[in-house]
Amino acid sequence: MALNDYILTLLLTVPLAGAFVVWLLPQKGKVIQGFTLLVTLLTLAMTLHLPAHFDAARTGFQYEQKLPWIESLGINYHVGVDGLSLWLVVLTGLLAPIGVLASWNAIQKREKQFYALFLVQQTAMIGVFVSLDLILYYGFWELSLIPMAALIAMHGDKHGGKAALKFFTYTFIPSAPLLVAILWLYGQTRTFDYETLRAAIATQSFSSCSLYWVALAFLFAFAVKVPVFPLHGWLADTFVEAPTALAMVVAGKLGLYSMLRFHIGLFPQQARAAAPWVVGLAVIGLLYGACMALAQRDMKRLLAFSTVSHLSFCTLGLYSFVLLAADGGVYQILNHGISGAAIFVLMGVLYERYGSYEINHYGGLAGKLPWLATFFVVTSLSLVGLPMLNGFIGEFLVLSGSFPAYPRWVAAATLGVILSAAYMLWLVQRIFYGKENKQLPSAPDLGLREHLILWPLAALMLVMGVATHAWLPAIHSANETTYGSSTTGNGGAR
Amino acid sequence: MNPVPDFVRILPEILLVVTGLLVMLIDASLGKAAARRPLGWLAAAGTLSALIASLWLSTLPAGVAYFGTVKSDAFSAFFHFVICSVVLSALLISIDAVPENSHHLGEYFALFLFGASGMCLMTSAVELLLVFLGLEISSISTYVLAGYRKSATSTESAIKYFLLGSFATAFFLYGVAMVFGATGTTQLTGIADKLANTQTPVLALLALGLMLVGLGFKVSAAPFQVWTPDVYEGAPSPVVALMSTAPKAAAFAVLLRITYGAFPSLHGTWEHLLMVMAALSMTIGNLAALRQKNVKRMLAYSSIAHAGYLLVAFAAFSPDGIAAAIFYTATYAAMNVGIFLIVSKASGYDDRGALIENFRGFIYRAPLLGTILIVFLASLIGIPFTAGFVGKFYVFAVAIQSGAVWLGLVGLLNSGVAGFYYLRLAASAVKAPATAEEAQPIYQGGFALQLALLITLASVLILGVAPQRALNAAKNAALTIQTQ
Repeated sequence: MALNDYILTLLLTVPLAGAFVVWLLPQKGKVIQGFTLLVTLLTLAMTLHLPAHFDAARTGFQYEQKLPWIESLGINYHVGVDGLSLWLVVLTGLLAPIGVLASWNAIQKREKQFYALFLVQQTAMIGVFVSLDLILYYGFWELSLIPMAALIAMHGDKHGGKAALKFFTYTFIPSAPLLVAILWLYGQTRTFDYETLRAAIATQSFSSCSLYWVALAFLFAFAVKVPVFPLHGWLADTFVEAPTALAMVVAGKLGLYSMLRFHIGLFPQQARAAAPWVVGLAVIGLLYGACMALAQRDMKRLLAFSTVSHLSFCTLGLYSFVLLAADGGVYQILNHGISGAAIFVLMGVLYERYGSYEINHYGGLAGKLPWLATFFVVTSLSLVGLPMLNGFIGEFLVLSGSFPAYPRWVAAATLGVILSAAYMLWLVQRIFYGKENKQLPSAPDLGLREHLILWPLAALMLVMGVATHAWLPAIHSANETTYGSSTTGNGGAR
Repeated sequence: MNPVPDFVRILPEILLVVTGLLVMLIDASLGKAAARRPLGWLAAAGTLSALIASLWLSTLPAGVAYFGTVKSDAFSAFFHFVICSVVLSALLISIDAVPENSHHLGEYFALFLFGASGMCLMTSAVELLLVFLGLEISSISTYVLAGYRKSATSTESAIKYFLLGSFATAFFLYGVAMVFGATGTTQLTGIADKLANTQTPVLALLALGLMLVGLGFKVSAAPFQVWTPDVYEGAPSPVVALMSTAPKAAAFAVLLRITYGAFPSLHGTWEHLLMVMAALSMTIGNLAALRQKNVKRMLAYSSIAHAGYLLVAFAAFSPDGIAAAIFYTATYAAMNVGIFLIVSKASGYDDRGALIENFRGFIYRAPLLGTILIVFLASLIGIPFTAGFVGKFYVFAVAIQSGAVWLGLVGLLNSGVAGFYYLRLAASAVKAPATAEEAQPIYQGGFALQLALLITLASVLILGVAPQRALNAAKNAALTIQTQ
């Protein structure tokens, strides 16, 4: 089918073209919101084409398209997806209309800039996931910073400008060594193509010392973006200042995907050498994030630290170099995308009604807002990792898979699971149960728009918790290729 | 086949000078009260004709004229194109920005054209005295233009620029004299031939050093950069748009012709000197820019840093290195003219609002200019899909390939630091205005300004997204130098 050849290009151009149209639209009524929703729904429909025609039995990349771009520098426009990026693209597609709906009333000023930049961000993220040329990838990676920084600066509460600068410098400076590393590889191999480079690194004997430095530069840039402890300094401020629709996509996916594809995938040996360190940092981050979350009084800050903790789980899975745990890690990236988005939306819903992110501001809301309370509890349980819900699968695979490789670290990580249950359930308890705060104004329960956002997410939490076979085979075969011979099958010790 | 007549080889320069004279004559014959803005359009038309002439010239076979002093080839064509485009854009900005009642408006436009002819001549000269001649024509015009506003700061700027500039030119001239002493010729190819057979060319080394000082001043590379911020701050913004780009492009052309054309045998020496200059310029420029409150001063330091990025390309003694340097001049010119266009509009002709805080809410006061400001800043930072990224990428790629990994790392870390101060301006521009006065919409400019905006924006985006043609042109230009 011809569509398969350029579906990814279409996915990249539709949101971008949408952004241009939004910029030209009149700022009247809900025209801009409606149009953006249309664009994102169209994008979602197109992303669904990918799993529908994906051949899970085949290894390697599918829907590939390769065109020369800047020939004299050896840069190609090369895109394609495998079982890993496939689901991340779909997730990005799914979260976009949800983001638009969540911003529907929350964004009251400068809607035009907001929605145009939102769509640019969409293109940049899909671009990161589908690029198979290092320069193209780097381009989208950097491009994804601009709309985010601009929107934080424009829509941040009080310290938007500062948070935007912090976010930008934290993520921009590490990409300088990344670019040097990419250029060094180019100098050695004369190519930017992912697969060619991978093969070249696997067979050629570079000076291995330099290759360790190169791999480290890659790891550093990605670790900041995830963020891995102790590079998480930007996250809390960004979460507090960023609009809901953007905060729910900023952390996790981009960095973790890049780690898997461009660090572990390109430099399996060097990554394996670095793995014990990364695993250690991941477990520290996991516990640190959970403890910090326990101490927060602001919901968004609590969420920021819980994100550090949850993403460390994914990092642990990826760097345990056991296939089972890596599958769990990838699954957990998807889970966190869904449940994290849901919890962000729910907090946004609370804020729209009561105008505060202070936890103490709330109390005893379950009686007044039963639907909201239900969704909040379900989402919390998914984040905590209750069996039958999606979070459990990921956490279980990560812990059981990596235990033989790093028994002590993983035993400590299990403590993190308990802590995460503690802070999430305590949060639920403080907001929805306990003594009712009489001063809270009365507010309506969830409206139609909010139901439309939350039902698909809640349904996915359940489905991903019971029907794992729809996702795991594609992820597993992709991971087999990525890790190559650097792991020892299912559950085996190193 | 008919040989190309000598005068055709300098046709663009002839067109520029003739238009300049025409502008002056018409200016003198007009009454005191007559509108002089149309003279700007005449000057722009003259520049456009020079641009077209240099494009046509590039289709003719390359060759020398006037006793081997001038050479028209792919190299000179590339720089003619860049310089004429810059002058054209700067003229269009001036037509919009310079108030009608300012004195001697005709001379202002004429000086642009004379300066342009000097810069163009520098890029096609292959004989050192002619290079010097071009350098002087271009410099004297810009000295006068820097002081055009006749305010205290503007005059200070002009005098500083003039004193330090003539000092630097003297260095260059002294170097030329020494080269003549060492080799008995001022022809670039002659110098190269002579030096190839010399064992320890002490005098030539000294000459090279002196010329590097002179040119280092002209491109504002550290440690010869001190004049830059004061001069940029005092001079009118449209003039800064010109003098921060076109004379620098011309000086880089001379630097390339001299280092690769006349002193290839000494490349071990100048390579290292220029690498040190590159590292110094990038670091000093960026660190100093971090602390600036005035946008024009900040951009002055940023231009020092950009000169440093460009010098990184000299680390690779190869055609790719030349091509990267050439390409970078084009990207730098496009984005820097663009940013000064917006600064000129935002801060006003008298620089009332040139502080970073004055830019607060700019994107809401002038949505079109504000959005484009973000694009230019992104390009200066080096965000992919803009000219700035491709330029930096090429420069650092050749440097790292040639083994100067440390320089690449210094440069790219520097560009990370640079992101910080460019972003401060961007953050100020997107911040909500605090007072009603700050929320007043700004007039977004007439046809001339829109045209200049279109030229610069299109260049930044084309060089960023589809740079293949420009890269090929730069590569061709590089090959003519290497085989000269």
